[in-house]
Amino acid sequence: MADLSFDQTQQSKFGKTTLRIILYVLLTLFALYYLLPLFVMVTTSLKSLEEIRTGSLIALPREITFDAWKIAWASACTGIQCEGLRPYFWNSVLLAVPAVLLSTLLGALNGYVVAQWRFRGANLIFSLMLFGCFIPFQVVLLPMARLLGLMGIAGTIPGLIFVHVIYGIGFTTLFFRNYYVTIPSELVKAAKVDGANFLRIFWSIFLPLSIPIIVVTVIWQFTQIWNDFLFGVSFSQAGTQPVTVALNNIVNSTTGVKEYNVDMAAAIIAALPTLLVYVVAGKYFIRGLTAGSVKG
Amino acid sequence: MEFPMSEWLENHLPKIVLAPSFIAVLVFVYGFIGWTAWVSLTRSKLLPKYEIKGFIQYEKLFASPRWDTAFENLFVFGALFIIIAMVVGLLLAIMLDQQIRTEGLIRTIYLYPMALSMIVTGTAWKWILNPGLGLEATIKGWGYNDFSFDWIVNSEMAIYTIVLAAVWQSSGFVMALFLAGLRSVDGEIIKAAQVDGIPTWRIYTAIIIPSMAPIFLSAFIVLSHLAIKSFDLVIALTGGGPGYSTDLPATYMYAMAFSRGDIGQAASSAMIMMLVVFTIVVPYLYSELRTKNDG
Repeated sequence: MADLSFDQTQQSKFGKTTLRIILYVLLTLFALYYLLPLFVMVTTSLKSLEEIRTGSLIALPREITFDAWKIAWASACTGIQCEGLRPYFWNSVLLAVPAVLLSTLLGALNGYVVAQWRFRGANLIFSLMLFGCFIPFQVVLLPMARLLGLMGIAGTIPGLIFVHVIYGIGFTTLFFRNYYVTIPSELVKAAKVDGANFLRIFWSIFLPLSIPIIVVTVIWQFTQIWNDFLFGVSFSQAGTQPVTVALNNIVNSTTGVKEYNVDMAAAIIAALPTLLVYVVAGKYFIRGLTAGSVKG
Repeated sequence: MEFPMSEWLENHLPKIVLAPSFIAVLVFVYGFIGWTAWVSLTRSKLLPKYEIKGFIQYEKLFASPRWDTAFENLFVFGALFIIIAMVVGLLLAIMLDQQIRTEGLIRTIYLYPMALSMIVTGTAWKWILNPGLGLEATIKGWGYNDFSFDWIVNSEMAIYTIVLAAVWQSSGFVMALFLAGLRSVDGEIIKAAQVDGIPTWRIYTAIIIPSMAPIFLSAFIVLSHLAIKSFDLVIALTGGGPGYSTDLPATYMYAMAFSRGDIGQAASSAMIMMLVVFTIVVPYLYSELRTKNDG
């Protein structure tokens, strides 16, 4: 009896080790699959065109050169203009910062009202706003283009900020609402008894409690707005385009020799801000991704 | 006199604060959907016309071979993308749930594509899939001269390159969802099952996975939503080509609205997209809001 059980544990131990090895091999293979495009982008951006033509896709650069990066940043052609990504990168910054701040502030106020100051119809209003998160934006492109024209802000950065704030409100409200419903309503009642009013309770009690959800919302909105292409390409014109549109123009311009190293350098430049946010604040990034989809 | 006024203000302040956002959503979401719906029933071409002519735009739409391809692509792409991303996501989540020492690092690697713009993803994969210089050329260079991987320039296969890149971008996110789900399963039940000697794979298939049904639903909703909205990825990866073999409703709509100057077709195709989203999302939102109100 004793021998048999000894045998069994020995066998299962062996099986367990093999299983662990297979597990780690699989996990590593998947990691390589996810890393391959990043690896290829970085190495290609550091090669000369000559080396790209003669060498292999996954080989390390024989000679590292930053020429492609310089061209991508300052002189690559996005159509008829050849100023690189730089001006468009700043367009994206000028666009994303106010749009993120405004939509977050509005979301915080809305979420505060919907979660803590319920009035008749507040739930219906919240449902209507929530639904706005799910519409395919194609359904509002045509009237929005006309409206921006009528308002005189078609093709401008303020126009794009306006669009991003409007269609960001649904998500930011959802984030803050789901966060604030977990705060007991006794808090508001007690503060009211103490004579604090609506805005003071928000400012002195709720806002200081909201740091985590503010971080989540800011990261979510920043990623959305920085990475947006549809609104950018529909509502901008030469000179006001965001970085994603300029990147696409560089990559898909048909004139001249295809400079793959410049394409890759430009793609990395366009991706750097959101990648940086992800590396620095990955925890909050993931929380934002799951906040909208897992029941709060 | 001043006191009642400020009291009125204080009582109505929550509504006043919510009002601008509510009005904005009413006008810019619902009003605009109404406008698009209206225009889709007219003969609008370069400029919108407001005289209703019935369903002529929709008849024209479904008679157009380009729309046929786009609409069919949506279901081919959507089904493959959703199924593969879910399977890969679940597999990765279960593998990562086995007390992996480097879990944090691996999770970071699997999830970073979600932080990238689809334009960046499309640019990278377009380069990798380039038959002359990319993966195909590399493997040929290793001596496998017959190796061929030219999907991106092959109108029969190009749609699958979109699936490949989309799965690359989103499967890490599905993994994160499922991993959160796996971790939220009651540990006591699992321990009890282990004490009873039930094998691990049975614990997963019989206990853990069935209890994650809501997460499957969430993942499905998010992925189908991503699939319908896919626009940037197609533009950057294939530009809808070769020909219009990788067109999706989103790229069709954009082409009609901004390069063909056919507002009627753009509006009617947008409405069809809206309908597809409706049929998927509305039942979900309804059940979601109802359970939340009950709870």
